[in-house]
Amino acid sequence: MLRFVLRRLALLVPVLVGLSILLFAWVRALPGDPARALLGQRATPEGIARVNELYGFNEPVLQQYLLYVKALLNGDFGRSIQTGQPVLESFFEKFPATVELGMSALLLAIVVGVPLGYYAARHQGRFIDTAIVSGSLLGVVTPVFFLAILLKLVFAQWLGWLPTSFRQDARIDATHITNFYVLDGLMTQEWDAAWNAMVHLALPAIALGTIPLAIIVRITRASVAEVMHEDYVRTAESKGLSPAVISRRHILRNALLPVTTTIGLQAGLLFAGAVLTETVFAFNGVGQYLFSAISQRDYPVLQGYILFIALIYALINLAVDVGYGIIDPRVRVS
Amino acid sequence: MATTAVLAGAALLLSSCAESERGNGGEEGTEGEAGGGTFVFAGAAEPELLDPAFASDGETFRVARQIFEGLVGTEPGTADPAPLLAKEWTVSEDGLTYDFTLETGVKFHDGTDFNAEAVCFNFDRWYNFPEGVQSDDFAYYYGKLFRGFAEGPKAGEGIYESCTTDGDDKVQIQLNSPFAGFVAALSLPALSMQSPTALQEYQDDAASNVNTTDYSTKHPTGTGPFKFESWERGNQVTLSRNDDYWGEVAKVDTVRVVAIEDAKARATAVQQGEVDGADLIGPADLQPLEDAGMQIMAREPFTVLYLGMNQKTKPLNDIKVRQAIAHAIDKEEVAAASLPEGSEIAINFMPQSVTGWTDDVTTYDYDPEKAKRLLQEAGADGTTLEFNYPTDVSRPYMPSPADTFNVLRSQLEAVGLKIKPVADVWSPDYLDKVTGSADHGLHLLGWTGDYNDSDNFVGVFFGTQTDEFGFDNKELFDKLAQARGIPTVEEQTPLYEEINQDVAEFVPAVPIAHPAPSLAFGPDVTGYQTSPVNDEVWSSVTVGD
Repeated sequence: MLRFVLRRLALLVPVLVGLSILLFAWVRALPGDPARALLGQRATPEGIARVNELYGFNEPVLQQYLLYVKALLNGDFGRSIQTGQPVLESFFEKFPATVELGMSALLLAIVVGVPLGYYAARHQGRFIDTAIVSGSLLGVVTPVFFLAILLKLVFAQWLGWLPTSFRQDARIDATHITNFYVLDGLMTQEWDAAWNAMVHLALPAIALGTIPLAIIVRITRASVAEVMHEDYVRTAESKGLSPAVISRRHILRNALLPVTTTIGLQAGLLFAGAVLTETVFAFNGVGQYLFSAISQRDYPVLQGYILFIALIYALINLAVDVGYGIIDPRVRVS
Repeated sequence: MATTAVLAGAALLLSSCAESERGNGGEEGTEGEAGGGTFVFAGAAEPELLDPAFASDGETFRVARQIFEGLVGTEPGTADPAPLLAKEWTVSEDGLTYDFTLETGVKFHDGTDFNAEAVCFNFDRWYNFPEGVQSDDFAYYYGKLFRGFAEGPKAGEGIYESCTTDGDDKVQIQLNSPFAGFVAALSLPALSMQSPTALQEYQDDAASNVNTTDYSTKHPTGTGPFKFESWERGNQVTLSRNDDYWGEVAKVDTVRVVAIEDAKARATAVQQGEVDGADLIGPADLQPLEDAGMQIMAREPFTVLYLGMNQKTKPLNDIKVRQAIAHAIDKEEVAAASLPEGSEIAINFMPQSVTGWTDDVTTYDYDPEKAKRLLQEAGADGTTLEFNYPTDVSRPYMPSPADTFNVLRSQLEAVGLKIKPVADVWSPDYLDKVTGSADHGLHLLGWTGDYNDSDNFVGVFFGTQTDEFGFDNKELFDKLAQARGIPTVEEQTPLYEEINQDVAEFVPAVPIAHPAPSLAFGPDVTGYQTSPVNDEVWSSVTVGD
């Protein structure tokens, strides 16, 4: 197992190197000049020249890349052109917000999605099954930003139940230790702050969680439906095992394998959705920052953030593969 | 030999009333009356840093104006200079020597005395900025206004000569070349007074990145009505009331400034009570907010929106075509359809309150027939013109560019021009194309004045040859350079009037309107004083009962 993990980690190195080259080329291929984005409407040619010189954008691209890699090896990811803040520092400041949002969304998707899919599979062809399947289809095809705006309109603007922006009410004096606001509130026993942070998570989590939820429903349903008719389930039934035991040990355990893979893949994809969700809800996380970095052509931020996200995505997938072994001991043997 | 300039005379008059007001409030202590509570305000972006000397953006200045004060402020609700940390001043006849008398008994938030020495410390600091921060992305305003530094590529070009103290409350600034806008410029937050002690301890002007020094992120120290508490990056800036403020103590205990990029989201946040106030509300959101019981305020316009024409593109190099375009535009309709209430129609490239504004300029009344005739004479009827406009942006002078574009487009098509729309994302694509390349035809752009100075409008637009307008008019450039160097505002006035006439004659662009930026507040906010130049200090604001 350890060897497996190590080999997978080693494989990451060439992947990340390749990605860093692609990224480096890609951000520079974006039309538009970061210096002008920084200096705005009153940019003078001298000002632009100076900024380009300061960030080395005048150098040949290859040389820029080598300097970038050299700095990377020293743990220096550069600084944002827009704010001057070190990329690494800002990432760790904002990452908790995105993790908090992503985990809420994923939790929602799993807790609601798996039972729904299971239920649909067990009631195949009935009205409830049709309803769940068509509902999930709607969930899959609804774009995140559209859903986010819709949720905001209905629950915040019309009904006034939930807040529309930020991670916490600006009037609350909350202590922030870890930057996971809910956790911070619980740790410092500022219950109102924790509750407030959860309320602020509600709409963004629903917006971000809907697509994974719908996908999980569909995969669970298909997988359970398939396993239900396997020989070993019939055997278990004829052995006279209780339906609860059959469901848990024979059907769910086997059916959950593809679901786990799906969850892993979706966890990575959450970052993409987070860019839109965070922007719509003014939720101060990695996604929102990445969005503004794209519009400002903030090369160092784009390169650093996307590299991190790729790394995290890879690690999540590794965790999923390790997770297989726990759910299904057969994988360990092979 | 020093004579009091008219401007300084008016300021003296003001200072006496400002003083009497302050006397009442400050000495008796207003702590008891203070309403308390927290005022949450949403801007469109977060500040870039907290040392305003290195900033040129409105969001940084918004926060800086609560913490810092300059020698000069503005008279409430106008762009006219008024005494602040300097009680009064005189200027010598040659426009080179300025004598300031300072308020006494003022302290910075860290307990350092504000006195003549502190003033000279700040002036000397700016003048001695190391080369690394002299560029437009940092000391933009000092560089623009004083035109040079002690060292670096602009060494010796500056107009700052020296600062001398005379006791604790008198200071003399010597310039080596007259600058009529000097006093008005001192109202810019970029030139506000900062604590020498705090600067020495926490700021490093030679740092490779002044945006991230301790001073710029954690220790901004001024004399203003609010003290800095904390800045959670990307989240909020928190300020607390300065109970030892020398003037009238602020009413609220705490101020929080948050950033909401999207104009629609800012409006929603006000309506939902998530924030108490927000800036730059889109015209489309004003009515719904008002219907929901929110308060709407408009700044007196200190802006100009124009339709630019690139003379590098044919047939825009033909003055007849430019005149035709000017006659084709119904400015009233444009304003009614796409600009907030309170916007004024423009005939100059500067608002009426700025020196040099004149109604004695060539105006191009809405006259489609004449426009068609002019186009025929120029042989340009039916020509296709590119029309560049930005998307997904709202600027103070251009709250909904796409709407403005649509009205203009139909007006231009009505006189027989063909319009090819070219839409780009504001930054950097649109700015790149329109201000950094020759690849554009007609375009929408504008300006918000930083302070009351004519050069800050016409000089910015037409002072040199630019990619934006693509013309080379040496006569105009020279006149603007000459006007800039004239020592007093009175002497400048006739020249700027002449410049405005020349510009109107030359039609490099069509001034459309002076749009009024709108703010929205919750129902329980009182005492917000708007300012055309955004000099809005929140000490008079109360929230709740």
